[in-house]
Amino acid sequence: MFDHLLSRRRFIVETARTASGVALLGIGLGLYTKESKSLPVYALRPPGVKSEDDFLSACIRCGLCVRDCPYDILKLSKLAEPVALGTPYFEARKVPCEMCEDIPCVKACPTGALDKGLTNIDDARMGLAVIVDQETCLNYLGLRCDVCHRVCPLLNEAITLEPRHNQRSGKHTLFIPVVHSDKCTGCGKCERACVLEEAAIKVLPLDLAKGELGHHYRLGWEEKEKAGESLVTPDREHKYNLPEGLKYEHDGKGLLKDTR
Amino acid sequence: MRAFGADEPMGCYDDLEHADAFVLWGANMAEMHPILWSRLSDTRLTKEGSEVHVLSTFKHRCFDLADNGMVFTPQTDLAIANYIAHYIIETRSYNKDFIGDNVNFTKTVTDIGYGLRPEHPLEKAKTGKGGKLTKINFEEYKKSVAKYDLEYTSKLSGVPKENLLKLAKIYADPNKKVTSFWTMGFNQHTRGVWVNGLVYNIHLLMGKISEPGNSPFSLTGQPSACGTAREVGTFAHRLPADLVVKVKSHRDFAEKVWKLPEGTIPPKPGYHAVLQNRMLKDGKLNAYWVMCNNNVQAAPNFNEETYPGYRNPENFIVVSDPYPTVTAIAGDLILPTAMWTEKEGAYGNAERRTQFWRQQVKAPGEAKSDLWQLVEFSKRFKVEEVWPADLIAKQPGVKGKTLYEVLFKNGQVDKYPKQQVTDSRGNKYDNDEMDDFGFYLQKGLFEEYRRFGTEGPKKGHDLGEFDAYHKARGMRWPVVKGKETLWRYREGYDPFVKKGEGVKFYGKKDGKANIIFAPYEPPAESPDKEYDLWLSTGRVLEHWHSGSMTRRVPELYRAFPDAVMFMHPNDAKKRGLRRGMTAKVASRRGDISLKVETRGRNRPPEGLVFVPWFDAGRLINKVTLDATDPLSKETDYKKCAVKVEKA
Repeated sequence: MFDHLLSRRRFIVETARTASGVALLGIGLGLYTKESKSLPVYALRPPGVKSEDDFLSACIRCGLCVRDCPYDILKLSKLAEPVALGTPYFEARKVPCEMCEDIPCVKACPTGALDKGLTNIDDARMGLAVIVDQETCLNYLGLRCDVCHRVCPLLNEAITLEPRHNQRSGKHTLFIPVVHSDKCTGCGKCERACVLEEAAIKVLPLDLAKGELGHHYRLGWEEKEKAGESLVTPDREHKYNLPEGLKYEHDGKGLLKDTR
Repeated sequence: MRAFGADEPMGCYDDLEHADAFVLWGANMAEMHPILWSRLSDTRLTKEGSEVHVLSTFKHRCFDLADNGMVFTPQTDLAIANYIAHYIIETRSYNKDFIGDNVNFTKTVTDIGYGLRPEHPLEKAKTGKGGKLTKINFEEYKKSVAKYDLEYTSKLSGVPKENLLKLAKIYADPNKKVTSFWTMGFNQHTRGVWVNGLVYNIHLLMGKISEPGNSPFSLTGQPSACGTAREVGTFAHRLPADLVVKVKSHRDFAEKVWKLPEGTIPPKPGYHAVLQNRMLKDGKLNAYWVMCNNNVQAAPNFNEETYPGYRNPENFIVVSDPYPTVTAIAGDLILPTAMWTEKEGAYGNAERRTQFWRQQVKAPGEAKSDLWQLVEFSKRFKVEEVWPADLIAKQPGVKGKTLYEVLFKNGQVDKYPKQQVTDSRGNKYDNDEMDDFGFYLQKGLFEEYRRFGTEGPKKGHDLGEFDAYHKARGMRWPVVKGKETLWRYREGYDPFVKKGEGVKFYGKKDGKANIIFAPYEPPAESPDKEYDLWLSTGRVLEHWHSGSMTRRVPELYRAFPDAVMFMHPNDAKKRGLRRGMTAKVASRRGDISLKVETRGRNRPPEGLVFVPWFDAGRLINKVTLDATDPLSKETDYKKCAVKVEKA
């Protein structure tokens, strides 16, 4: 009877012990996977990844994309790296994506974790380049550099230079690099090429890099272009009281031209 | 008005590109006129030799661009302006020909009080009254400003001598075009009319006026204070087109246009805005209709003057507003009111530009426009109920008629029949007033109003035809034969100045403008031992005036949710306060609590705090003083004495 009791007690205790052990392991595993799901900002995914969540659930960690990358840019995450174990990524500052026309990494993917719908590499969105430091960017300082602009595979589309008056020197132009999110693929050429010790332009994950305009905003100049004409009623021709020989340039700077 | 006999600037916004130097007197354009500021900045950045001078009682964002930034002791702007006149005369830089042909020298009555209640000790102590001008000669004027030399002015104002000198030199340089801008730093001033005049004096001495780039320019009125208040005359003392009720010929003309019997318009002005609150409190004003105005929040000295009047059970207060403002909450009856895009209407701005719009959307629910409410109200009264018999006897035709029939359904205002409003592209627009009254009310009213400019006794207020404004994006008056006027009072630019006349200030009978000497006089209240700080109030870029609309826009609320008190870090430290802590700011009249800000956009000097007034939850007007310019009747919201302690 005692035996029976003992064995029952042992059974209960041991079962509980095992169960709590498994539970602890489970919690640990859960935490680990959760942590490795949070991709560090420097780690960029190959082309054709739409969302990190979808990618992680579809990627079978086969490594075929890494094998087919002709420039050995992609690598697989190893144990203890803060990227989900066995998944492909690259670091722009070390070695950026070469944007192969035939996109071999996407072709190699057996599961669609890298979207097969991506056929034009210019449509890839691996991240978005951002001038993270305007204080050290040489162009912002008024020292001509433009390296990021010139290495950009989509020069004057993904990065343009916007001229601004250089107030400090009084006679020069600041060429301010502006990245356009509708064109930038996030290849990382600019970050790689930035001449500073620490790059002033960095490719960041899209959700970090992009603001979102209030949905009710309408940009007058864009609406005008869309409509092909001004949306407000065309202005009539204005006439002014002016001394003879003076012409008023309404569409210019509002300056008076002496035609005498 | 006192200098030129006509309201509103002689120049236009194109002065922003034409000037070589800009002087900002009590105007924080960077926040209050952001678009004009971007034009000014561009000129400063691209035009060789251009300069920006900024005067204020605290540092604000305009100082970023300033070549000469000056923080002066409140009220000493009066002395600084006189110093510049003194410098111009001392260095014989003045434009002798211009002065000889176009200017009269005068001086104003002094010690005129502070527009407080008559029993206030300051009002009992005053020796002068009103704004009468006495003619003086150039030598007398020269003597009057001689007191304001560099030494005295620098000491009084706290502005270093070299800065004052730099400012004076730019005005005195005959080869530099100077545009002076001022806003509420000048106008909300117990000597506002004086200080406006003192800057006109500088421009008149140099002849730097009424031509591209040379402009004394009051920036007030951009959001239609010009169009819907000054030009149309919605003041207790004014009529449209610079006419006033106290002049018989002006009243006669208005009555003729409006088809009213002679003597309908009383010659004595009604209560001005500050007086209205005082009279509500005293029970002398019992029926009050506030339209789209948040005066409970906006008026000074809330605790002593505003609140008692609005809560006086003897008073019946109607508030027409689209929003539940504190004024609406204080009212006895709230009338839901359409917004500007929910009706057809017009704006007039600071550069004399009149601009029309059509009704874009329908007003929600039962909301009706202010215009609809007024016209509908007029249907409720017969002339016998509101006019004495002898007045009716002067024009028997009005007998038995409603005010609606006299004022609107009178063959003049209802002249234009109901029609579909369209634009040149054929888009169709609603006009709810036209639907309700059966005629094109706005067109009828405008064409009637326009006669004040084209036929009235004051020259140079001509407006174009109603339909022309629906075709153009704004036109700057006077508009004569379809042509706009960019600069007034100068031959060639202004059609009212005849060939050979050069410059003519035709608002005055002799065509000459007044240089008006006015001295420095101290403000109504200055810091003392107990109330040891100046308080200045004002706006922030994010919020429009009392924030009725802007605080309900999520982005703007997020950008600047609640009012804070900008103060110098040393002043905060002395009171045991740190940035972000809640402090109590108190005057003799009231107190509010709010967070301390020692960084950011506004950097007051030691001894001054700045609090914006947009926040309905922190009514800074509980603290302010109702000292008011006895001439303009505009309150000085920029100066009173307060103390600050931990809350």
